[in-house]
Amino acid sequence: MPVIEVRGLRKTYGEKVAVDDVSFDVAQGEIFGILGPNGAGKTTTVECVSGLRSRDAGTIRVLGADPRAERDQVRRVLGAQLQESALPDKITVVEALKLYASCYREPADWRALVERLGLTDRLRTRYQKLSGGQKQRLAIALALIGRPRIAVLDELTTGLDPQARRDTWNLIEEIRADGVTILLVTHFMEEAARLCDRVAVINAGRLAALDTPDGLVSTVDDSQQIRFRPSKPVDTALLAALPGVTSIRRDGAELLVSGTGNVLAEVVGTLAAAGILAEHLRMDSASLDDAYLALTSNTEGEQ
Amino acid sequence: MSSFAVLVRTEAKLFLREPMAVLWAIAFPPLLLVILGCVPAFRVHQHELGGLRVIDLYVPIMILFVVAMTAVNTLPGAISLYRERGVLRRLATTPMPASRLLLAQVVVNVAVEVLVLLLVVAIGRIGFGVALPRAPLGYLVAFLLVLCAMLALGMMVAAVAPNTKVSNALGMILFFPLMFFAGLWLPVAAMPATLRHIAEFTPSGAATQALGDAAAGSWPGWVHLVVLAGYAVVFGTVAVRSFRWDS
Repeated sequence: MPVIEVRGLRKTYGEKVAVDDVSFDVAQGEIFGILGPNGAGKTTTVECVSGLRSRDAGTIRVLGADPRAERDQVRRVLGAQLQESALPDKITVVEALKLYASCYREPADWRALVERLGLTDRLRTRYQKLSGGQKQRLAIALALIGRPRIAVLDELTTGLDPQARRDTWNLIEEIRADGVTILLVTHFMEEAARLCDRVAVINAGRLAALDTPDGLVSTVDDSQQIRFRPSKPVDTALLAALPGVTSIRRDGAELLVSGTGNVLAEVVGTLAAAGILAEHLRMDSASLDDAYLALTSNTEGEQ
Repeated sequence: MSSFAVLVRTEAKLFLREPMAVLWAIAFPPLLLVILGCVPAFRVHQHELGGLRVIDLYVPIMILFVVAMTAVNTLPGAISLYRERGVLRRLATTPMPASRLLLAQVVVNVAVEVLVLLLVVAIGRIGFGVALPRAPLGYLVAFLLVLCAMLALGMMVAAVAPNTKVSNALGMILFFPLMFFAGLWLPVAAMPATLRHIAEFTPSGAATQALGDAAAGSWPGWVHLVVLAGYAVVFGTVAVRSFRWDS
């Protein structure tokens, strides 16, 4: 049985349709990503799953319970980290932890939690004095303090520097290793590609795709571009005859070879046989970015 | 400790970490009473004040000062900020209902109001010979109704204000007329008849009159008590009907 089951979810705000006919399942122990441009309906979707918002149509089950009708049941098993800062400026880290621990019948040990999140030396620090990364780590600690079976993490790494972002990713993998199912809202491709087992791409309120990150990438064309500067003049006909090569173009002193399959090995091998070095070799292949843009570009930037 | 007790304690600490709130709500009313009490003319019985002294009149006015400051300013400001920051929403994802946070805010503000009431009454009695309330039960009833009316007004501000800025502005805008009719600048007893009648039908005017009557030994006037209860019901209803949990 899936941990989270969403069927035909629809939510409107007045005239505006925020989410329309979105369905997905999240399996036990999965890191499930919800990806999409700003205003696509990602946050509304997870708010409906968390029981914070009512829905206009569709069914949602969180470990078998309806997040609205059986709100108490869902609140006990689902921990949420919300998009905005959700603590008073002058509350200290330890006060926030104790307060949120008191909300649950059997909370996690907050001391162990802060140690793991590297906040031990910040216990007496007020929320407003924490760095962006520390605030996010505290938000994660608070989302985990009720020993949830599901953690909802919304735009977790927005505004973090690259190092803090990577640390946070490691943390999420650790949390999953403990058996917590994670629903991750993000608009970073790199984050989704690195962390998520499966990704739902939501665009303009609708489910545009639902697949593994690799599966999404394979839906866009698999051509690769190789760019290099040959150490000696090259007979392009030699390269054009290779099975993987589809086109060759000159760009100043550089050659641009497009192709599919093992095109890189073929080109480099052929050049090597002719005693030519491929200097400044760079290669681009389709990435989750390309897949994402292909899925969302039609309405990107529209608000 | 129960979750609500932890919440109240946390909210109390947060209240005490706001220097302006502490200054205006806790320190200022007793201080102003002491300053006024040091003016010799204010310690003279005056025929036009019904034989009372100015200092006697200022004890209930100072109580209204702290109640108006906390219930109509600090409380809605804090609640608006909690809504704006998503604190209420965040709490709504835990098994603790977000309404407990509002209740904890009310508890902390009432605690401050009671503390300042005790301080002001004690300073009046010890420092300047202001008699203790001669009708304690009537005084208590009047005070509870004052709290209900003013907290309901504060909650209404928190409910209708779209954001913290508007909430704070509304609180300040309401504070001055409230204090005017409480008699901060001119005691109600010294107001011209028409103004006095108007004052009696305002929340703060009815409040000081009811507290003053009970202090003097009679049961507070029913008109004043009914006015206070009426405001509590009306403001409270609007607050409950229009309250939003997120911005």
